[in-house]
Amino acid sequence: MIKNISNLGDAALYCDFGSEVNKQINRNVINYFNNLRDSNFLGITNITPSYNKLVISFDLKITSFNKLKKKVENLELKKNKNQNYNLIEIPVCCAEEFALDIKRLQKLLKINEAKIYETFFSKNYYCYMTGFIAGMPFLGDMDKSLFAKRLETPRVKVPKNSIGITEQFCNIYTFESPGGWNIIGKTPIDIFNNKKNVEPNLINPGDTISFYPISKLEYEKKYE
Amino acid sequence: MKKNMNKNYFEVLRPGINSTFQDNGRNNFYHIGIPFSGAMDNRNFLLANTISNNGINNPVLEFAYQGPKLKYIGEKISINVTGDVNFKIIRKNKNLEFSCYENIVLENNDCLDILSTNRSVYGYLSIGGTFEVDYYLNSCSTNTKAKIGANKGEKLEKGQIIKLKNIKKILSKNKIEYLNSKIENIRIIKGPHFDYFSKDAINLFFGSEFNVTKLSDRMGMRLKGPKISNIKNTNIKSEGLVKGVIQITADGDPIIMLSDHGTIGGYPKIGVVISADYDKLVQIPPGSKIKFKEINLKDAETIFKLYVMETQNLISNIK
Repeated sequence: MIKNISNLGDAALYCDFGSEVNKQINRNVINYFNNLRDSNFLGITNITPSYNKLVISFDLKITSFNKLKKKVENLELKKNKNQNYNLIEIPVCCAEEFALDIKRLQKLLKINEAKIYETFFSKNYYCYMTGFIAGMPFLGDMDKSLFAKRLETPRVKVPKNSIGITEQFCNIYTFESPGGWNIIGKTPIDIFNNKKNVEPNLINPGDTISFYPISKLEYEKKYE
Repeated sequence: MKKNMNKNYFEVLRPGINSTFQDNGRNNFYHIGIPFSGAMDNRNFLLANTISNNGINNPVLEFAYQGPKLKYIGEKISINVTGDVNFKIIRKNKNLEFSCYENIVLENNDCLDILSTNRSVYGYLSIGGTFEVDYYLNSCSTNTKAKIGANKGEKLEKGQIIKLKNIKKILSKNKIEYLNSKIENIRIIKGPHFDYFSKDAINLFFGSEFNVTKLSDRMGMRLKGPKISNIKNTNIKSEGLVKGVIQITADGDPIIMLSDHGTIGGYPKIGVVISADYDKLVQIPPGSKIKFKEINLKDAETIFKLYVMETQNLISNIK
């Protein structure tokens, strides 16, 4: 549940669900997000769920912090919102030219490449949130043996569709972007389709992701 | 039907530094990582469309610093430029000077040369008609990062053609007297991580001048000044941002989120610029100095009401 609602400037609510990062808290955040989307409260312009916070932006010409805060506090949560989550399978090619940081990870984690991939592919990952750049999913949790720090100097350009890991999380770079996550492979699938006007995101908060390895040959076939 | 109905267009002779089509922005997609975008300076955007007698969400061409040079081909059309902008029209080898905030008639073969914004950043070109642009997720606002919106998500490029439609036959003579006032003191409200900073750091933050650096664009404004040191943690678990949020990076420098900002961020938020000061904030060019002043939510709301009233007054004075 929401522990505290404060103002983020004069045109947004900052809803705090706690300081920990776990699936249960995040499910709560997403449940509020879904219920708010259905509520049609006047003036809301954006709702941004993250690990354990929910930011609600509004149009200050239409409503105000105190008015909207009351509405959110009195919001009746409808259940069965959790049924729409998908299990999505994402192919990953771990060829040398795509796994930009696998050598660094072997040294850092003191595990060999085969074991890193075996561990990585053996788990399903939960999507806590999407964003930063369009469609980028923040997934977790990694096996503890794969917890690795970010690169000390972030890359200026991480190639589009790269799979990155850092600490308990992994993500997919939906666009070429600067970034400091450890890159272990690349998917031939576009996670964000900027040609699609409806649901351009393949992965949404609450979804579960299962990665599976493919060869370079399969990668090239899928890419075509 | 005239046979040249669809033959009205601009040819881009020079694209300018950062010229993009914008409208009111894109609501309700922060959760998938798509920022609001839209015209940076909302008041000048509204004035541009109102002077043109257009709908308030009609696309405009936004430019920064140096604007585009456009050759016009077609029937007579009224246009206007808003902001603090130097521009001229070249007609049959003659340079004609005009002011911002007044409709001007462009004729076939005229060349509109938007030279520069004066001690400001953004300006707007609106036409008595509509730029023919692509829409994505209910807005034409160009987001060059996600490659969405008008012009396939790209800035204007040299040589391209901008098609125009719905050109108004009645050439409006609307104009208004308006001077863009400048500010150096940015009013802000305390952010959720205010207590991540020591008392000394807070005093430094409100007591010092910060330089607006060249690394500023539609996504954010990077500032340099005294380092604002953090006593808790230089990182937080990533969470939602809104425009106007001031994050303090791990290096101790403030960065203000602007209209194309990343939707989530992992630096502590020391404050948020009040909505009423946003238009003026985005117009502060690199090399300028700014200072922050803290106010409370109630005052910010009152100041915003005044800002809206002032804009309404301006609009009702257009004739």
